[in-house]
Amino acid sequence: MEQFFQQLTNGLAVGGIYALIALGYTMVYGVLKLINFAHGDLFTIGAYLGLTLLTSMSLTDRIGPFMGVIILAVMVMILVGIIGIVLERAAYRPLRESPRLSAVVSALGASIFFQNAIMLVYGAKFYYYPQNILPKITLNILGMPIPLMRIILLMTSVIMMIALYLFIQKTKIGTAIRAAAIDQAAARLMGINVNGVIMIVFLIGPALGGAAGVMVGLYYGQVNFTMGWLYGLKAFTAAILGGIGNIPGAMVGGLLLGVIEALGAAYVSFAWKDAIAFCVLIFILIVRPTGLLGERVAEKV
Amino acid sequence: MKDNRAIYGVLLTMVMVIFHLLMTTHGVDFETQLGIFAILGLSLILVEGHSDFFRLGHAAGYGIFILLLATSPMFLNRYWVDVLNNVGLYTLLGLSLNIILGNAGLFNMGHAAFYAVGAYTAAILNTTFDIPVLWLIPVAGVAAGLFAAVVARPIIHLRGDYLLIVTIGFVEIIRIALINNVFGITGGANGIFGIDRPVIFGWKIRRPHEFFYLIWIFVGVTVYLFHRLEGSRFGRALNFLREDEVAAEGSGINTAHYKLMAFVLGATWAGMAGVLYASKMTIISPESFSFWESVLVFMIVILGGSGSIPGTILGAILVVGLPEIFRGFANARMLIFGLAMMIMMIVRTQGLLPPRSRIFSTE
Repeated sequence: MEQFFQQLTNGLAVGGIYALIALGYTMVYGVLKLINFAHGDLFTIGAYLGLTLLTSMSLTDRIGPFMGVIILAVMVMILVGIIGIVLERAAYRPLRESPRLSAVVSALGASIFFQNAIMLVYGAKFYYYPQNILPKITLNILGMPIPLMRIILLMTSVIMMIALYLFIQKTKIGTAIRAAAIDQAAARLMGINVNGVIMIVFLIGPALGGAAGVMVGLYYGQVNFTMGWLYGLKAFTAAILGGIGNIPGAMVGGLLLGVIEALGAAYVSFAWKDAIAFCVLIFILIVRPTGLLGERVAEKV
Repeated sequence: MKDNRAIYGVLLTMVMVIFHLLMTTHGVDFETQLGIFAILGLSLILVEGHSDFFRLGHAAGYGIFILLLATSPMFLNRYWVDVLNNVGLYTLLGLSLNIILGNAGLFNMGHAAFYAVGAYTAAILNTTFDIPVLWLIPVAGVAAGLFAAVVARPIIHLRGDYLLIVTIGFVEIIRIALINNVFGITGGANGIFGIDRPVIFGWKIRRPHEFFYLIWIFVGVTVYLFHRLEGSRFGRALNFLREDEVAAEGSGINTAHYKLMAFVLGATWAGMAGVLYASKMTIISPESFSFWESVLVFMIVILGGSGSIPGTILGAILVVGLPEIFRGFANARMLIFGLAMMIMMIVRTQGLLPPRSRIFSTE
């Protein structure tokens, strides 16, 4: 029972990270119908920028650990968001009217570019986040020791998801994003600046991915320039699991995937941990191709 | 018009000479320069064969390409012949994926899985039962084809991007299964070593120069067969279903059947390429069949021009050869490669050598 609870909380913490990355995929896919393969690498850039800012500015020493990490995360989000906008301008906008595979290859090229840019700047070795940033407190919940870190991670991702959900549902810009996702041409006729919407999507998505990068750095302590691939693939799996293009779907899918993976690694086989996510993916696509919450994605003929 | 072509020809020669002088002053040795010029020359002549810019005629262009390719082992050193061997293997993979991705329009990014099944089938049968490698080419092909039939059947109805992501899932599952030594026969993360070299009539193929002819003759046969296939009933059905699946279905084409057949055929060829790879390397490990391999093959097809056989060959030459040419830049070459991919897609969306549109006679 204790192991189950431990794995459940671990799964939720990792699942929150998957969900944050998945949101970037799902928002871009919703508006552009493009799998942004470079998204995983934007996440890696977030993790590395977080590390650089953390060690160079010693924010946590000056204004306390929690405020320091929050400010750090915000700075990383802004920077990665800007990189996201530049990426869209340079690599995707010229291909808006082209066959979809060209944009996919451009995205793959961007991914290779980012990955190697990180390697050239930082080198190929593993980097480690300082381990004493956040106090290592273990909370006692229902008689079981749960690291505070997991709860912070889960809370952070849930807060960001709720904020994003409210932004999408309640604000004018959010409505514009939803409209552009349903029908770009019609949205344009209604006076919506679709290019502006796409820019906002490419600001928010990578920003969330960058935040996820910082969270992974803080949680696992270790970052490497190739880690974006696997996280990206799993987050994309999460997006499909929830129903791609569907924002609450990405959140549910991410958390669910994290839990399934943690429990699978504990009870089925640790060596097959990475395969579990993909087995879930194949199963869900065979049984319910639109994902768990994906009813809204109707097939257009 | 003719004068213009002459000017371009002179310019091209001058660029080559300047390039040669630059490399010489920077201390690039003669053999490396030969290799670089062979790769560039092969690419240019292939483009000429396809677009007929210098009005030599398509056949002459392709003829010179074949001639240059066939004689290249005579003036290249082992290293560059081996580069061309890799180009040949990737051409085979690219051509086999071209059936699925280019002709049928099915987004398959898990091609390394079929390649792996072929290579491992051959490696296991060869090391445990001592069956000669060349006999295993059809066996491994059939194994990969059957594997494709089994795994593709339930996912064949999926649309574009869903299929893309599911095939990525398959290739990752295969790789993890190989690492975890599934059934105890795949050798785990170390892989399988001690695979035999191919033997033809008692002549053991060992040196890169010998492999060159084995691989490229196989490529030649493949090109011929796939070219014939394009115009056949099967090929036309695939093209129809790529252009408009609903209309194809409405015209009485059994789309699920044809899609599955495209998968099986592509996988069979990838499996056979896997045997050549296994016997060339004599050692295979799961890392040779990662997701990255699939991405490379995918890029070869799209960069070259999806659905085009010369395009796929050019794609393989560039994707395998360019990183070799820029070896001097060491770490930065993959960065340049990624950048080049983005720029290439923006300036030439349809790929470098897109298929020429077919004209059907009305009579």
